[in-house]
Order: sequence, then structure tokens, then C-alpha cells
Amino acid sequence: VMFCRLLSVVGRQRTSPGWQNWSSARSSTSAAEARSVALPTQAQVVICGGGIMGTSVAYHLSKMGWKDIVLLEQGRLAAGSTRFCAGILSTARHLTIEQKMADYSNKLYLQLEQETGIQTGYTRTGSVFLAQTQDRLISLKRINSRLNVIGIPSEIISPKKVAELHHLLNVHDLVGAMHVPEDAVVSSADVALALASAASQNGVQIYDRTSVLHVMVKKGQVTGVETDKGQIECQYFVNCAGQWAYELGLSNEEPVSIPLHACEHFYLLTRPLETPLQSSTPTIVDADGRIYIRNWQGGILSGGFEKNPKPIFTEGKNQLEIQNLQEDWDHFEPLLSSLLRRMPELESLEIMKLVNCPETFTPDMRCIMGESPAVQGYFVLAGMNSAGLSFGGGAGKYLAEWMVHGYPSENVWELDLKRFGALQSSRTFLRHRVMEVMPLMYDLKVPRWDFQTGRQLRTSPLYDRLDAQGARWMEKHGFERPKYFVPPDKDLLALEQSKTFYKPDWFDIVESEVKCCKEAVCVIDMSSFTKFEITLNLIGPRAVDVLSELSYAPMTPDHFPSLFCKEMSVGYANGIRVMSMTHTGEPGFMLYIPIEYALHVYNEVMSVGQKYGIRNAGYYALRSLRIEKFFAFWGQDINNLTTPLECGRESRVKLEKGMDFIGRNALLQQKQNGVYKRFTMFILDDHDTDLDLWPWWGEPIYRNGQFVGKTTSSAYSYSLERHVCLGFVHNFSEDTGEEQVVTADFINRGEYEIDIAGYRFQAKAKLYPVASLFTHKRRKDDMELSDLHGK
Amino acid sequence: MCVCPGPRRIGIPVGSSSLPLFSDAMPAPTQLFFPLIRNCELSRIYGTACYCHHKHLCCSSPYIPQSRLRYTPHPAYATFCRPKENWWQYTQGRRYASTPQKFYLTPPQVNSILKANEYSFKVPEFDGKNVSSILGFDSNQLPANAPIEDRRSAATCLQTRGMLLGVFDGHAGCACSQAVSERLFYYIAVSLLPHETLLEIENAVESGRALLPILQWHKHPNDYFSKEASKLYFNSLRTYWQELIDLNTGESTDIDVKEALINAFKRLDNDISLEAQVGDPNSFLNYLVLRVAFSGATACVAHVDGVDLHVANTGDSRAMLGVQEEDGSWSAVTLSNDHNAQNERELERLKLEHPKSEAKSVVKQDRLLGLLMPFRAFGDVKFKWSIDLQKRVIESGPDQLNDNEYTKFIPPNYHTPPYLTAEPEVTYHRLRPQDKFLVLATDGLWETMHRQDVVRIVGEYLTGMHHQQPIAVGGYKVTLGQMHGLLTERRTKMSSVFEDQNAATHLIRHAVGNNEFGTVDHERLSKMLSLPEELARMYRDDITIIVVQFNSHVVGAYQNQE
Repeated sequence: VMFCRLLSVVGRQRTSPGWQNWSSARSSTSAAEARSVALPTQAQVVICGGGIMGTSVAYHLSKMGWKDIVLLEQGRLAAGSTRFCAGILSTARHLTIEQKMADYSNKLYLQLEQETGIQTGYTRTGSVFLAQTQDRLISLKRINSRLNVIGIPSEIISPKKVAELHHLLNVHDLVGAMHVPEDAVVSSADVALALASAASQNGVQIYDRTSVLHVMVKKGQVTGVETDKGQIECQYFVNCAGQWAYELGLSNEEPVSIPLHACEHFYLLTRPLETPLQSSTPTIVDADGRIYIRNWQGGILSGGFEKNPKPIFTEGKNQLEIQNLQEDWDHFEPLLSSLLRRMPELESLEIMKLVNCPETFTPDMRCIMGESPAVQGYFVLAGMNSAGLSFGGGAGKYLAEWMVHGYPSENVWELDLKRFGALQSSRTFLRHRVMEVMPLMYDLKVPRWDFQTGRQLRTSPLYDRLDAQGARWMEKHGFERPKYFVPPDKDLLALEQSKTFYKPDWFDIVESEVKCCKEAVCVIDMSSFTKFEITLNLIGPRAVDVLSELSYAPMTPDHFPSLFCKEMSVGYANGIRVMSMTHTGEPGFMLYIPIEYALHVYNEVMSVGQKYGIRNAGYYALRSLRIEKFFAFWGQDINNLTTPLECGRESRVKLEKGMDFIGRNALLQQKQNGVYKRFTMFILDDHDTDLDLWPWWGEPIYRNGQFVGKTTSSAYSYSLERHVCLGFVHNFSEDTGEEQVVTADFINRGEYEIDIAGYRFQAKAKLYPVASLFTHKRRKDDMELSDLHGK
Repeated sequence: MCVCPGPRRIGIPVGSSSLPLFSDAMPAPTQLFFPLIRNCELSRIYGTACYCHHKHLCCSSPYIPQSRLRYTPHPAYATFCRPKENWWQYTQGRRYASTPQKFYLTPPQVNSILKANEYSFKVPEFDGKNVSSILGFDSNQLPANAPIEDRRSAATCLQTRGMLLGVFDGHAGCACSQAVSERLFYYIAVSLLPHETLLEIENAVESGRALLPILQWHKHPNDYFSKEASKLYFNSLRTYWQELIDLNTGESTDIDVKEALINAFKRLDNDISLEAQVGDPNSFLNYLVLRVAFSGATACVAHVDGVDLHVANTGDSRAMLGVQEEDGSWSAVTLSNDHNAQNERELERLKLEHPKSEAKSVVKQDRLLGLLMPFRAFGDVKFKWSIDLQKRVIESGPDQLNDNEYTKFIPPNYHTPPYLTAEPEVTYHRLRPQDKFLVLATDGLWETMHRQDVVRIVGEYLTGMHHQQPIAVGGYKVTLGQMHGLLTERRTKMSSVFEDQNAATHLIRHAVGNNEFGTVDHERLSKMLSLPEELARMYRDDITIIVVQFNSHVVGAYQNQE
């Protein structure tokens, strides 16, 4: 019964495609409402949300053999953001995992019509990303490099070529563009209906006009859902509620925090041109002009991401706001100007409609998927940052795999719901942050940019003190961290001007901090690494002197060997835990200090340290030091899918101790069989720090001309006077592309290149850090007068 | 406002016989000021001398907007606020010998003058939600007197709901308007407090505990409170609430806002009068309370609580409601009556309050006893106390008071005091969604601009900023190019409005700079603002404006609840 009913809706939709006919589609379903069917009382999986996400999850779960699935939709299928979606499928994404999801979606939608018999309007148009500036072109080249290595065709083209691809474009102000020929346009509502129809055929039960009130949880495990039409017992719940996912998450007794927030989004529809645009006309993305333009029924559809977004639904579902979703032409004016600058001939084109369709954004511009850390069986797929159509297919597949196998086939760490904590759950924070995130969609993304909203939330007790000494801050999980300290006599560029892909303006500042860490002593406030106390990192050869003077205790390696920890007094403060490690490979100590002693210990360290040349240092100095020593950072370089053997840490695992631990057998097996990827350090050889583009992360690594992996982090080593990149090397079979064992020999016997925005730089691969960096002994004859200067 | 026996303003068309007089009287600055004479308003020249508390001449100037108070001039009278000075010599010797000034202020200079006193308050939103019927207010003042005699106040009631906003126009100095601006809202707030809260506060005072805060002030940094008198003022206020507690019969009755406002006004005026009679051992305070009592101030206060708007007015400041009609046009609804000679009912009232024999003398030349323009005011004990009391207080008062000819001067035909009251007239208005804003302003604004223009200018300013009529394509054929042109035009229009971020500033810009076509003329504005301090008062009065913006959504929701 369900399926027939569904198809009847689909049929009606199909006969009346296009935006004009929504109202008729709406009235037609009210007839279906009368025939409401009683909900089942039990199911394995309940999916909330009949948009592209919910239907994609249902489609993939049912394909993988799970049949006992109920999908609930509060209104009609594909009637939310999915209905309003501009229908552009674009694979040019910043993250590789996002590129893969989009690529899969593209392939899925292509064959969907054949599979289901439902027309989706899929047309391969290709898309062209314009660059008005050299920096934008660099950004496009970086994406281009990454697209190519995963097999998505794309190329950087000249303005002249752009004009050939789209005859309406004004190309005079362009410096280049990226062409992605296999991108497509498709009707997203029809895609969702097709997915739903296929899922339905596979046994998924779909109920529209059914609202989930809240999810029932017992002992941290999903037990069922409460709807306005009754209860359903279930093991798994999937929250695909789009912009309402946040509210739905909070409606539980044990709330699930899903940080996302909606902003109004506008796009324009026009009547057909005199000579109607062909349906194969490529989609244009003019990020510098903040707009996208696609062909639509002979005319155009154009929208954008403005600088001054209008967040909406901050208080949850507000009927007043929903009714007031009006066209706001004054708000759209900058985008319209931009459109007419790009396509001047459109002046005489007649307007059809300005559509206002809220889009959902997340605090870090990445979508949210995965299982709630608080409630077992509670899965989430939402927060698409207006790329729901592009991600829908792939994201649904990964989530389905996650539910069925316990983990997805690709590493989705960057999108995992667990990256957020309760602190991103504040409505005020979300409202402010999405106002920053939405313009960022088309802003130039340069290395090391920081969010400016939602700042100064969690700070160390030393914050004001450090700030007064010139600290510049970055934010990690709401915690403020000093990046570096600007000396009083030095001026840095304004935030907007300092955006660069090249050598940054703080280069010399960090150099002097690094030098001080190596030759004297630096103090870094690392409180963002701990929870309840403040942490000072005392780095450098003179850290020993400072600490022994403050504690009247010998601190030499004989008394205090490496990786040793004990409680001692520092100044007047007793019970300070001191650990002889620095996270950098440099000599020194971590001091874990109860908060009330923070200021005292800091002041004592600084005043005693003066004669040893102490100074404040920031996180950038720490990063340069740790990367040149080949120290991997969890979350950046390695994650829950990395084994110690893969990242060169087998010496830290005592496999022979006879003690069992989780994963011991797997490690033993891996030791025997060999690893399939290997964490490697690369030292760039022919890279000019002053003139060449700097590496960031995510750059493709080539071995003997073959793609073998991507970098995970990079830094300039002031000691080696070279750039150092860290990353994983794989061994793909030349014939099958299958992954093969990576041996030390494989690593060592290769010629490597790192691809930075299309330019390849030679690199030396190393499996072990450069030994000379660890010798700290200074010889008498190396001393010079400058050693007597304060650093 | 000056304490000078200025001539009243009368209407004589420009180009009448008074013009030559005008140029004779002010040979030098004519060139500069001549274009400023407009609206056919020239003043009759009084050939008499006058004193003023500033160092400048007011009375022989041809154009004096409206001097609030005048008394029969006599060269022997000393100024009230200033040491005596040979005034004739000063003005004749220096003022008119000077060469014509010709300098223009640049637009940024003009802006910095106009914006020096601007203040904006936005009712804080909680989580993007504002539940108050008030969105916020803009206020500003432009001095003509030096120092300015106008005052303004705004505060949120903390123990009851609602917000208080008021403008106060001082005369014979700023002491009284200052005191009223500091004290009146406390009297109102206390009058509105329920019995239990009064008890709680009194008990806290008695046992030395922390007091409940009553008002949250919203002040511009220039809006100061007198520290020295704070204790004295507190004691008077406490006596008031103690009496309120004692008067309470135990039965809880709803507090009537109108009654509370009237009581508060009368009580404060009474306290001002009493404090001056009793005096204070501290000589500074003693002089202060006397200055407060001998100077005067009008008050126009609005109390907004949800959809209930009360306006209490004493004197000739005005409260004007800006109403947006369905067609988008603006109309003005006056919520206060001016208490002056133009108000028939006030004339009637005064005649009834005094014997028939005084019918001709109680209002003369449109002034109370031929002296005072507003017919109701705070302070001004010269119009309230008996002659005996005045003499007694002045004689026992400090020398400064004794030497001051103005205070010693008894109004003519002074037979049956009091002639003046601070009792306000209270009007009530229930807010509707079409009521978009309220303008409270001293007569400095109303004498230069028609109320309809005031409301239109504020209305267009506010909607331009917040909700310029949205454009909808509807069924019309509009091309992208046409739409672009339209939007660009709207943006340009908007950015000119954006020059001011404050509705009150915008209004002052118009009040001072409007030309005959009703648009701001920069040259004129520049000239008006570059008037030397001692001449400014001849061409305009102090202007103080508060523009309160209402939240139509909330007001509409109130309406729907019923």
C-alpha cells in the first residue's frame, strides 16, 4: 500500500516538474493524508526525515540487506530544503572525503533513473570555477590536484577557454578557472523520491505527515521513538531532520547535541532567454563574486553566499518566521550586481522569482554524521552547509555502512559528530558562528585561518597576562591558544591583508621563538591541552636551570630522566606535577599547576627565567619543533584508524610483555603481514621559502611519479632551513589500484614529489627523524657574544 | 533657556518694516545670519536692557526664539548664575565691533557636533528574542544655552514593569531641570511599587541590608548625577515611601499609573520647595537646593508598559506619536497638551484659580504674570511661595542668593500665590501595531518644526533603516536590469539616511538645517552650528529629543491575546 501511495505522489510530481507547480503538488497530497495508515509498533531502524539524507540512508541500508526500516517525514517527502535545493551537483570540495562523497553521489544519481524509472532530470553540465585573483587560482589549483588523484577529471583553464564554455560570461577580469566536466545538475526532490521509491521497493516503510516528538532512551541505548501518531520500538534511530536536527536532538531526555543552525538563502529564477540556454550549459561558480549560476529551463538560476547572512529559526521552529520567508531583494542586491557584472547580457532577462530557502550550516563548515557518543544507536546525518545534494548519496552510503558494519568504508573522522562537544550547543554561539560560516563558503580559504566568532569562551587564567604581552590567539574547541607573541616594536598586517598562500608575516617572530626554545628557554601556556589545571610547557636547554632554581631540587637528567614525572614545589606553590617531556622533542618540562597557583608559578618562572633569556612562545613555534622531529599529532596526523606500527611507534608497544590488551592480536597480525600505509616525513628540497607556495596539508605525495598518499601536516623547520611535511605513503598496485604492503624499503627506494597547487617539489622521505636535531650539547667554541643578549 | 526679559516671538513677515531695524541692530553678523531668518518670524525689538546669566546679550538681538521667563529689566539687577558684569559695556564695546565671521564647518565637523550627545539604547534581546513592546530609543540634545538647560532621562523600572523616558526643559538656569532629571523617575517608580516591595525596601534600609534596585538608568556619559545631593535626595525619597507605607490601608489595590504619575510629580515639587525652605547645614547643598527651587523646569515623561502608554506632561514640551497608516503614510497624534497661553483650557484654569480682579494680570502678553511662558513647572518658587516666605528664605539664605536681583524680584500683581503648579496632565494611549514610535521633545524642536514633519522624517528614517517597503515582483514583468536599477537607487537613498545612526540626531539635523524646501541644507546647517556660543541662543533654543521605537510584533501579539 505504502509503495503505491508513494508512487502516486511521485507520478504527480513528475507530470508537473518545476517550481511553479509546488502549490498544486501540495494540495494533491492532502488527499493522501486521508488514507493514513497505522504505524508499525516495532522496527529495527527508524529514520526521521524524508529529505535527500533520510531517503539516501534508507536506500543504502535496504540495499545492504536491512529491511526492517521505517522512514518518518513530518510533511511530505522531499519537501524541506531538498525541495528548494538549487540542484547543482559539484565534486570540487575542500576535503577529500567530501570529494569522494560527491563523486559517489554523482555516479549514483546518474544511474538512478535507470534503476527506478523515475526521472531525476540528471544532466551532465560540468562546472566552471572562476578566479578573479591569483590567490583564488591557487586555491582552485589545490583542489584540482586533489580531485585528480582520486580520479575526478578536472583541469585549470585560461579565461579564453572559459569564454568558449559559456558565451554569456564576461571574462575580462578573470585570471583563470577550473573546469570540472563531469559535474551535473539534477532535480534533488526527484532524486529523493527516486531513492525513497527504490527503498520502498526493498521493503522500507515510509510514512509522511508523521512527526517524531522525541526519541526514547534507556540506559544510554535507543529503545524507540514517540511520534504524533504513536510509538515505535526500535534499536536504531537516524536523525536526518535537516535544519530541525538540532531541536530534535535536544528533545530527548538525554539530549544529543547536534550543532547546526539555519540561515536564509536566496536564489533567483528567470524566464528563458530569447534563445533559451541549453540544458548542457555548464554551471558557473564565481566565488570572488559570491555567486553561482546554472541553466534552468532555458533561463538561469543564480544564488550566492552573501557577506551578511540572515540566521533564522534560532529559537527553533517558529511559524511566524516560516510564513515570513519572503523574497528580500534589497538583501539580494549585491549578488544581483555581481551576476550582472558577470553576465551583462542578462539585463533584459525577465525575473520569475526570488526564492528564499533556509540552508543549514555547522560551526566548522563540515557536515555532521555518525553515532552519538551519549546514546547508543542514535545516528545523525545533517548539517550539509548547502551541499546536501552533492553529499547525499555518499553520506547516506557511509552512514549505512557505519550502522551495518560498525564503521564506514572510508575514514570519515573529519565529519564525525564526536568532534563536537556540549560547548558548540549554545544557540547564541551557533547563531553567531553560522553568520561567519556562510560567507566562508565563498571566502578564500588560506592556511591557518581562524574563526573569529565564538571566541574567548574558554581561556587560561593567564589569558590577560599573555594578551598584554602581545599574544595572538587561535582557537581549538573553544579554548584560546597563543599562536605567537608579537614584540612591542613589531607591527603585523591586518587580518584580511595577512591572508596568503606564501610566506606569512609572522615568519621572523616564530623564528626567534623557536631559536629561544633551542638555545635558552621558552614558556608556552598549554592549558588547552588539559581540563582542570593550567599547563605550562618549559622548553629549552635552560629549563633545567629555571626549575632547579625555583625548587631547590636537582633537575639534571640523572635526577629527572626523560618521561619522568613527580610532584614537587615550584616557588611557594607545592604539589605541582612536573613531567620531563615537552611535546616537541626538545629538553624541558611540562608543569601541571592547580589554577589558584597559576599566576604565581608563571610570575616566578618568568622572573627567575629572565637571566636565562626566557620568553613567551606560542603554538606555532611548538608546531615547527614537533614536526621537524617527526612527532605525530592525534587528530591532525593520526586518528582512531591508525595503528602504532603504521606511524612508527611500535617501540612504544610492548607486544612481548605477555599482557593482553584490546587490539593486540590485530597488531601481531599486522606486524607479521606488514602495514598498508606508513607515516613518513618529507623534507622539501628545491622549495624556496620566500618565493614558493607554502605547503599546508592535504597535498598529494608522488613516488616515482605515482600518487601514493597525502600530507597531513607541514611546517617550516628553522633548524633544517627546509619545509617538512608529514603524511602517509600507500602502495597502490599499478595494475589493479589495490593497496599493497608498504615496507621500509619501499619508502626508502623512491623519488618523491609533493604537489602544492599543481607545482611539484622534490622531497626526501624519512622514516626516522633527523638525528642531529636531538643533540643539544653546545660546544664552548660555538658560543658567541649574541648568546649574552636577552632573547 | 536664558533668564532674560526677552521679547516674545510674534509673527511679522520677512520684508516688513522691521527688516531695516534688524540690520541696524546687528550690522556685522547680518551677512551670516540673514538667510537664517525664515518662517516669517522676526521678533519685536524691545529697546530695554536685560540681564542674562551668560556673558552675552540676548535682548537687543532681533530674533529671540522664545525666552521662557522674563522679568522687568532694570540695569541694577545682577545675574543669577554669574557674577555681575557691566553688561552694556560688554556687549556694545565688543560684540558689534567685531568683523563679520565667515567660516564653514566641514560635514565631519558638523557631524561631530550633532553627534556629541547622541545616545541609543536597544532593549536587550534574549536569544534573538525581544519580548518588550519597546525596541529601543534614540536620544540627543543640541545646546543653544551654555551650559545647556535641557535635561533628559531614561530608565527601566526593575521592580515593576515598564520603561520611563522624559525630557526636561530648564529655565533660569539648569539647577531645577538637573534635579528633576535625577529625581523624578525615582518618585514615579516608588509610586508604582506595591506595598510589599516598599516594605521590603524600607526594612532593608532599616537593617542596613542591600537595597533592591529600582531603576536601571540608560544614560549618556554627559548625563551626570549630582553626588553631593544624593544623600539629601535619598532621605526625601525615603520619607515619601514611608508615608506611602503608612497610608496603605492593608487592602491591596491595583496601582493606578495615572495617579502614581500625578502624585510623583506633585511630591517631588513639594520636596524641592520644602528642601529650600528648610535649608541644609552644608553651605554648598544649601545653595544648591535654593538654586533648584528658584529655577524652574518643565517635564514631559512617558511610561510604557506593554501596550499601556501614559504621558505625564507639565509645561510646553511635547509627546508625539508616530502612526503609520495602511497606505504607508505617516500621521502625528499629539499625546500631551502644551501648558501655555496657546492652550485655552489653561487660560481658563488660571482665571478660575484666582480672583476675578486678577483676570487681566494673571496672564499678560501670553505669559504668566507677564513673565513666565509655561503655565506649569517644577521649581519656580517665585511663583509659588508667598511674598513673606520668599523674603524670609532669601534673607536667611547665602549671600549669593541675597545679591541676586532676580531672586529678590517679586513678580508684579502677585496677590494670590501659588500661581504655578507642577501637577501634570496625564494622557493614556493603548498602543496599536500601527503606532511605530513616540517623539518626546522640548519646545526647541516644536518651535522650528511642524509635528507632521517631525513624524514623517522620523518615520521615513526608521523604516528606511529597518523595513523599507520590501519589493515584490508579483505578477509584473521586471527585467534583471530594471530591478538592479531600482535596488541601487534604494541603496543610495538608504546610505544617505545612514549618515545618522540615531533618529534623534537625524531630527536635529532637519530641525537646524532644513531649508524652505524641507531638505537639509548643509550650508545652513554649518552656519547654524558655527554660531558662537554666546549668539546661538538668539537663533535657536536648546533641543532635546527622545525617539522611542515600538515593537509592532509584540504590540500586535498583545492585541491578539484578547
